[in-house]
Amino acid sequence: MTLSDGRDTDAHHRTDRPAQAASEFVQLLDPDGARVSAPGYDQWIADLDDAALLALYRDMVVIHRVDAEATALQRQGEIGLWPPLAGQEAAQVGSAHALRDDDFVFSSYREHAVAWCRGLRPEDLLKVWRGVAGSGWDPYELGMATPQIIIAAQTLHAVGYAMGIQRDGTDQAAIAYFGDGATSEGDASEALVFAATYKAPVVFFCQNNQWAISEPVGLQSPQHLAQRAAGFGIPWMRVDGNDVLAVMAATRIALERARTGGGPTYIEAVTYRMGPHTTADDPKRYRTDEELDDWRGRDPIARLEALLRSRGALDDDGASDIAREADAAAAAVRAACVSLPDPEPLSIFDHVYAEPNSHVDRQRDHYARYLAMFDEPGTGGEGGRA
Amino acid sequence: MSTLTLGQALNAGLRRALEDDDHVVLLGEDIGTLGGVFRVTDGLQRDFGDTRVVDTPLSEAGIIGTAVGLAYRGFRPVCEIQFDGFIYPGFDQIVAQVAKLHARTQGRVRMPLTIRVPFGGGIGAVEHHSESPEAYFTHTSGLRVVACANPQDAYTMVRQAIASDDPVLFFEPKRRYHAKGEVDVDADLADAPPMGVATLAQRGDDVTLVTYGALVQVARDAAAAAADDGVSIEVIDLRSLSPVDYPTIEQSVRRTGRLVITHEAGQQGGVGAEIAASITERCFEFLEAAPVRITGHDVPYPPAKLEQHHLPDLDRILDGVDRVLGRPNSLTGVEG
Repeated sequence: MTLSDGRDTDAHHRTDRPAQAASEFVQLLDPDGARVSAPGYDQWIADLDDAALLALYRDMVVIHRVDAEATALQRQGEIGLWPPLAGQEAAQVGSAHALRDDDFVFSSYREHAVAWCRGLRPEDLLKVWRGVAGSGWDPYELGMATPQIIIAAQTLHAVGYAMGIQRDGTDQAAIAYFGDGATSEGDASEALVFAATYKAPVVFFCQNNQWAISEPVGLQSPQHLAQRAAGFGIPWMRVDGNDVLAVMAATRIALERARTGGGPTYIEAVTYRMGPHTTADDPKRYRTDEELDDWRGRDPIARLEALLRSRGALDDDGASDIAREADAAAAAVRAACVSLPDPEPLSIFDHVYAEPNSHVDRQRDHYARYLAMFDEPGTGGEGGRA
Repeated sequence: MSTLTLGQALNAGLRRALEDDDHVVLLGEDIGTLGGVFRVTDGLQRDFGDTRVVDTPLSEAGIIGTAVGLAYRGFRPVCEIQFDGFIYPGFDQIVAQVAKLHARTQGRVRMPLTIRVPFGGGIGAVEHHSESPEAYFTHTSGLRVVACANPQDAYTMVRQAIASDDPVLFFEPKRRYHAKGEVDVDADLADAPPMGVATLAQRGDDVTLVTYGALVQVARDAAAAAADDGVSIEVIDLRSLSPVDYPTIEQSVRRTGRLVITHEAGQQGGVGAEIAASITERCFEFLEAAPVRITGHDVPYPPAKLEQHHLPDLDRILDGVDRVLGRPNSLTGVEG
């Protein structure tokens, strides 16, 4: 049994879309978990059977649990900072499930679920946040760049990578994840210009989670963020970002367009950051309980669970099994995190350059000599620093 | 050997790099059909196509940022920034991304970008077209910064920069684009001096004069004038501003005991300041006088009719030489 509503049969070959109205808001799963039809989109998820839906659900539940564990690890002093993704599980898991392994992701710092879906090892999730490395994973192993902290910088990297795909003549695609705040940065606009000019195979995936730390999205734009793409000549979709099916359909449409020479697409996934910007933030200073309650009613995981239960694909036992799986994943992340060794002091000089560099090599040598003083008896360095 | 202008030598070097490696891609404004505003890329788009020699939208952040993505994909981008004063919109991508990605990823992602920048004044240009922004980049770890001064180095060093697995800011002395010189276009790159090595532009015994870019020729002229006066100046063409080839400078200063550094960029926090401090640390006991810097003033680059008062010229350089020699000079009697 699949999710086809049986009306659209020309399925995946269509990359054109219904006319874009400013009011467009695509939803395939309402907040109560009822499947609703959206012409032009339904066929893009028609192949999803119970197993595929359960896989989406499992990833969302597991990453939600792992995310909470990371916050706990920060509160316990095991990591320095954590930007929680809670609330954005559908936007991230739905889009990540639409990607192929050989596509390439350029993300911001909150896309933990995307990394998880691309095969992240538990020990690699928290290296950056524990302060033991500049990046957690090998970008080429995961098909995902090191997450970007400078807002919107990665949008240009995604376009450049997509320009490389064009030169290599493959049907891969690049995807840039960024937030509502990033849309105001010059890099984001410049990325749209380059992508449109060269018809680069790239997907701009904007998670509008309503808040850029304390600044509401209205401070970035008086109109829907996705509408901005039209001015650049880039087709856009605005979807319910808490609806994993709508997100997946839109991302598949965009990827198909990219693979078949149709160029870039802009997706605005309307979602909500349920937690703080990071563990250092206090959202009570800038938003209300009413707003939070309102979004709690649109929870992305609950609505998929409701759908699965209504289809008979999930019962209490099944849900418990997945919850236990999530607990185990969180435990694995915790165990891996607390056993990460501190890096060697002289490793700060590693990889500053790819080739030998007389200046940095000399500084390394001098600092090594300095550290060595503390190891030699009689030099007054007892209790040394290395 | 061929006789080429510095601009033609760069063109020949870029052509050779495009031939040698399919992953070399040139990006910039007006570099295609027009061949660049200085014609450095003349004919390259015609011969290599518009996917390898790419006219870009007018966006320096876009040029550098997409080059980062191309490098992620395994390409070797060569970006042209049209004028020195236009590099700042791309500054964030250069210092926050290009310079740091190799270290950030523990060496997994290489950033073999070459960022070409015509720099310096002396051409009577309007504002933002005569700047010397090199110190912003020598201050940024992860970047290599070089400046060529003659056609042979232009040809060789641009190929070395492109072949380097590290990002290179490549400064081209725009007022020397039309200066001619002999270029051995067939020489093996392996036989050329490495990009990080400074070279002797003029041998001398009394004063070490360190410079780079367009001022190398001015320094040589100053050395010739000083020779008439019985003063022997050794001119070092720095070539690499980061890292600096200190052994070469040190070797010279240990002989001469006197150091003058000259550049068009302002004095404060500049390359000259760093060299003066480092040489003082390295061979203080060999110095007969405090090192002297002859630089552009610490003012916004002035209008064209005033640039002669801003740029170090032969006489100002010789005034600095007089200072390290303890001869009468403009600051005689001035304290502090």
